[in-house]
Parts: sequence; structure tokens; C-alpha cells
Amino acid sequence: MLAVLALTLMGCGLRAQTDDDAVMMAKNNLCIGGMYSHSAWDYYWEGTYHRNNLNLGTVTTRMVGLMGIYGITRRLAIVANAPYVWTDASAGVLHGMHGIQDLSGWLKWEAYRQKIGSRGKLSLFAAVGGSVPLTNYLADYLPLSIGLHSRTVSGRIIADYQLGRFFATATGTYTWRSNITIDQQSYYTTEFIESNKVYMPNQETYIVRSGYRSNRLIVEAMLSGMVTLGGFDIRKNDMPFPSNRMDATMAGAHAKYEFQSKPLKGLSLTADGSYTVAGRNVGQSKMFGAGIFYIFDFARKGKTSETPTLKSN
Amino acid sequence: MRNYSCTARFLVFVSLTVLLACNKTITNVNSDIPPLNPANEDLNAGTWKLVLLSRPDTFAVAAPAATGSPAYTADLNAIKGYQHNLTGGQRGQIQYWSAGGVLRWNEIMRGLVTKYNLPPYQLPTGTYPIPSSTNPFAYPLFPFSNPPYAARAYAYVSAAQYDALVACWHYKTLYNRPAPYEVDSTVQALAGKTSLPSYPSEGAVLAGVTSEMMQLLFPDEIASIQEKLQQQEFSLIASGAAAPSDVTAGEALGRQVADAFIARGRADNAGKAVGTPTIWASFVTTAQANGQTAWVSLETPARPPMLPLFGQVKGFLLDSADVVSLRPGPPPSTSGDSMQQQVQQALATVKNATRAQLSQVQFWADGAGTWTPPGHWNYIAAQDFITQNWSEVRWARNMALLNMAEMDAAIECWYIKYYYFNPRPTQMDPIIRTLTGVPNFPSYVSGHSMFSAAAAAILGHILPSRAQAYLSMAQDAANSRIFAGIHYNVDCEVGMTVGQNVGNYAVQRAISDGAE
Repeated sequence: MLAVLALTLMGCGLRAQTDDDAVMMAKNNLCIGGMYSHSAWDYYWEGTYHRNNLNLGTVTTRMVGLMGIYGITRRLAIVANAPYVWTDASAGVLHGMHGIQDLSGWLKWEAYRQKIGSRGKLSLFAAVGGSVPLTNYLADYLPLSIGLHSRTVSGRIIADYQLGRFFATATGTYTWRSNITIDQQSYYTTEFIESNKVYMPNQETYIVRSGYRSNRLIVEAMLSGMVTLGGFDIRKNDMPFPSNRMDATMAGAHAKYEFQSKPLKGLSLTADGSYTVAGRNVGQSKMFGAGIFYIFDFARKGKTSETPTLKSN
Repeated sequence: MRNYSCTARFLVFVSLTVLLACNKTITNVNSDIPPLNPANEDLNAGTWKLVLLSRPDTFAVAAPAATGSPAYTADLNAIKGYQHNLTGGQRGQIQYWSAGGVLRWNEIMRGLVTKYNLPPYQLPTGTYPIPSSTNPFAYPLFPFSNPPYAARAYAYVSAAQYDALVACWHYKTLYNRPAPYEVDSTVQALAGKTSLPSYPSEGAVLAGVTSEMMQLLFPDEIASIQEKLQQQEFSLIASGAAAPSDVTAGEALGRQVADAFIARGRADNAGKAVGTPTIWASFVTTAQANGQTAWVSLETPARPPMLPLFGQVKGFLLDSADVVSLRPGPPPSTSGDSMQQQVQQALATVKNATRAQLSQVQFWADGAGTWTPPGHWNYIAAQDFITQNWSEVRWARNMALLNMAEMDAAIECWYIKYYYFNPRPTQMDPIIRTLTGVPNFPSYVSGHSMFSAAAAAILGHILPSRAQAYLSMAQDAANSRIFAGIHYNVDCEVGMTVGQNVGNYAVQRAISDGAE
């Protein structure tokens, strides 16, 4: 649960500029980057009960992600991401896990754009995405499993309003999650089940963000929420389970700086942080992350009309 | 622009198709199995050797009304009344229970063990509350169905079911009253037909004996257990398999047999197995007097050891002298080189665990929040028994043999664990991180190894064609504890041997109980 949630959340920060924001790539530009994030909690919600666990201490999840974004056109981009994850508990006896987690991919389309007045602009985006586990990692080893091993399909809508260099974005996502197979032959949710298949409830996520945005610099604050549409609460002193009802509300910030002149042109740096302010069956994570990206412009030789940069307006 | 919307439309279409094509409902493995159709009705089962009762007619069952009597005609009319107006839900109940009462109650039992197998959360003082059968609805809920508790619970239910069905078979052959669908051809046989006399109803005997036992073992579940009893008895009558008078007599017989087992249970020392702080401390003193590092709890706050006096519980197969005589020699001394070797081996194994080993650890973990190792072996047995077309009484006999072996394995194992009070690998070297939780009791010998070897021994006797498979599963279960880093090799090697020895007591009983 807990580690996994941290990953989901990190994704929100780390994928900014990518699949859940209102920024598109220039045509035939490929952006490749790497990210690192560190997330830790010692308090968590067992159902709605807020507690720590001296047999876990601080649970830490570290992640290195590789990401690629390609602008098929100015209004259609494809995004792919694959992380390597390490988990660890500072106390107790349980062994941490590490390994390659899930490949996720998105197709993002800017469906509508309308100028409003002399300085305002409204944009609407639609995206479809999916994820698939890249390795046969252990899912039912929470809170130290590196993921939930579910395959997902997501639909997303993004609305963005920009006024000069200030903006506000709202994102809503529905994620369909496939059932998973575990190594055990039975388990208990709110009832006893004799099967190695686990029903995984679907999820919704919401993000609102606002801040400053130019070609060179983006600084934004965000509030995000994850709602699991079903699932069950961890019982008192029980272990978490992949199909728990994992809900969380997080507050965070994100910044990106893109170098505009040679010799660093095409390079950008990102920084993220978030904190889980409320939750259910999840860890109260504090997360920070950093990333470095470089944009390759495959359009430059052919024509010069497109600026080789992340298009933000 | 047009192209993109086509792409988008296509993707939406594909996504929707994927979503609609996938039904995410989970079904239990045994939700849809055919009615029990015994190849042999075991009509001599009334003479089989009982576990606790001295005679099959210890509890009297009055002669039934004749099939031509007005009372029996009223019974038949009740059946016809039910069959006239069956709802889909009721037909589902009939189908569910027709698979066999021993099987279904065993599944319910596994579910209860799973539900109640949670260690209590600590108090603000850093100590742990102990579940109490006199106040079962308050937290911590009673019981904490850990492996010894569960092993004993499965055994009592199975042994009581067996004695009750032997008594049932005795009266069936004594009175020889045919099933309602044999008497009246307008009564449908909705759960299949057998040639077994139906008075008293074997299904109702199971409902009576099991519900009475379960209510004692899982007192918070009285309402849900009562509901199961009613569903089974309704199904027996509505399916045409039993007349209401078959059911009434059966349930009453079952409850009486259960009461005899409950009286045994109250005096079998299990109630004292928790021990006291003075007793807990005495294990430490004894181990230290023998020059050994004493076991300590690896939990924070430290949790008292699990049921340290369970080794004194009165077994079904072993008497207290057997328990002592089956005790193996000591584990390697905690200060010796041999122990250091075992510790280093444990560390190397857990550090280099492969994915297949991780799966094996998870598959056999059977820790907190699960059916426990005896429950897992009940599942393994049941899945094979389903294919055997046995009578209910043979099902009960074989489950009783398995579960008496498991309970006595728990007794023997707990006796050995607290006799030696040997530390876990992680206590010897805290650098050892484990791939499943470390059980809160001493290391030597491995409970999984004992439970599994005992189960493999008796199941291999019952189904010789599967003997090698059971042995191989038992070895897998034992090895999983080494891969997990929670046991030394020696714990599992010796545990397998002692477990097999306990299992052989069940085999000896099986050879001489009149059923083979």
C-alpha cells in the first residue's frame, strides 16, 4: 500500500510537464530524462486509524525513473516512463525489495484551444494511458512491495487557463485496474476468499495546480487527491493488502527550469516535493525528487518554423 | 487535425472494448462443484472406531415414524411445499451444500481461522492484551486463531464430526428409512440420489455438531454460524434428500456429540496454554542455566511468547509420555561453531533469494491473517478429496485423521520449542532480514516442517498415489522457512522427521479403525 502509494504520488510530481499537465512538446522533439525521488513515512493510516509501527520504523521508497516524451505533432505527444524502485524499513525484521516496476505510457492530445481576451487562453486536453508490469515482482508484500502488479488503462481530461504567465490547471483521471494474481491460495478482505486472484478496485485521481509558467521557468503549487473506488480497510494490526481502499490527499510543489541559450540549450532541471496531508490505508509520505531532461530536435534540419523547446503557450 | 481525432476515437474504442471485455469478479475455487456422489455408502461405518464416544449409541436416537404414517406424509408435504416455490437463491444454496457438508463446513472453518488470526495490538503501556473467551466481543476479539489454536480447533471440529457421523451411520442402518425421493416419486432429488438411509440426516448431524463446536471456538460468530446451519438444513429438506424429521433427529444427535467433545475441550489444558509472566521468565532461566542464549521476542514492544504451555494440551493421538518420547535431541549450542554455521547459512540464503524462492515463501507463509499451516493442509486435502467420491462419513474420517495429526503435531512442536527455547536466526545475527514475518515463538523445531510432514504422512496413507506429491509439498513448505530467513536448516530437517513420526500415529489409527 504504502510504498506503492508513494510511487503513485511521486508520479504526480515527476510526470509534471508530461502526461498530466497542460504543456505540450514541439513537433518531432524528443525529450529524454531521468528522475530520482525519495519518499518516506513513519505514520500511516490503518483504515482511518492514524498510527506508527515500531516494527517498521520509517518506510522509505527510492526510485530512479527513465522518461521519454515525443511530440508527434504540436498537439499530440507520447510519453513513456519506467522506474526502478527500492524499498526499505528502518526497524523490524522485514527485508526490503528492489526491482524494475511498471512501464507506463500516455498519448496526450490538445483537443481545444481558445484565446480569451488579449492575454488569456483556455486549453482542453485529453489523454489515454496505460501501464504494465515489466517484471514479475511481488505485489502482496506491502508495505515493502515495489508495486501492485496490476495492469492499468486510464482516461484523463485536463483543463488549463493561462493569463499572461500565470496559470491554473485542473486534471481528472479515471484508472481501470486489472485483477492481480498472488502467490497465496486464499486471503481475507471483508470475507474469506479461496482464490489466488485479487479484485483490484478502480481509482480516480484529481490534481489542481497553479503558478507561474514561461518557456524558461515553471513554478507551481499543487493539491492532488487519489480515491480508490472500492477496496477494504486494513483491520486493526493486520498487514496491508494490494486491494485495500487507498485514498490520499497531497499538497506539493513543482519547479522546472529550462536553459534557453547555448551551450545548455535543450537541458532542463526539475524539482518536486509533496506531503500527504490526509489518507486511508496509505503511508503519510514526505516526498522529494529531482530530474534532468534533454530535448533532441529532429525537426531542426527539415524546417525551422518550430522552436525546439517545450511549448507552454 | 482530422487524423488525430481518428486516432483518439480509435484509442477510446480500444480502451472501452478492453474494459467491457474484462469481468473482474473473483470466484472461489469450489463455488461450482457437482453434488457429492459417493461410490460407496460405507454402510458399515457405524462399526468404525470412535475417537471419543465409547459406543455409537451413547446418545439415543428414537425410532422414526414409518414412511406410511401421517407424520411422514406431513414431512413429504413440507418438502413439496418448498420445492414448489424455490427461488434462485435457494437453488444456489442447495447446489452449494450438495457438494458435501464436511467440505463446506471445513471451508467455513478455514474462513473463521483466517478472519480471527490477528495478533492483538499493544496497549499504550507497551504490553499486550490477551483475548478472553469470557469477553469475546471486546477488543482483542476472541480468539486469536494462531497455529496451535487453529490446529486444535480444526481437530475438535473434525473429530466431533467423525464420531457424530459414525453414530449417525449406526442409526441409519439400524432404522433403514429411505430418502424422501425414494418414498415418493413426486419428490424431486435436487442434490442427487444415493441409496443411503436418510434417518437421521447426515447433513443435519454435521450442521448440529459443527455449529455447536464452532460457537465455542469462535463465539463472536454465533449468528453467522446459526445462519449457515439454517441454510444447510433448508437445503437438505428442499433438495428432497431429507425429511424434516430426519433433520431434527440429526441435528439433535450432532449437538449431543459436540457436547461430549466440548467437555473434553474444557479439560484438555488449552485454556492454560497462555501461561503467566512467571512461567515466561522460567523459560529464560532454564535456557540460561543450560548455557544457551534464551529466545527473545523480536517484536517491538516485546510480545509474550505464543501459547508456551500448548505442549501440555491433551492430544488425540499422543499421550503425554509419547510427547516426551518424540522429543528430539537439542539444537546446536548457541555458543558453538555449528550454530554459527547455521546462522551464516541462513544469512546467505535470505540474501540470495530467487523469485521462485520468494514465491515459495509467500505460498507457504500461512502467517497472521491466514488459515495457518494446518488450514493450508486442510485445503490441499479437500481439493484432492473432492475428486474421490467418498461418503460424508469417510470424508469426516479422513479429515479427522489429518486434523488430529495436525493438532498433535502442534502439541509436540510447541513442547519442543519451549523445551529448548532456541533463538531465531535474526536474534543470533540482527543483520538477517526476513522475507516473511518472524513468528513470535522459539525456532527449534520448525512448526511448518512438523505440520507439513505430519500431514504428508497421513494424507499419503489415505491417497497412496499422491504420497510422493505430499512429501514433496511438505519439503517445499519446510524449505520456504529457510528461504525466508526465519529458520535454520536443522530446525526444518529435525522438524520433518518428528512431524512424520507424529503423522505415523494417525496412520496407525487409520490402519485399525475399521474403515480400510
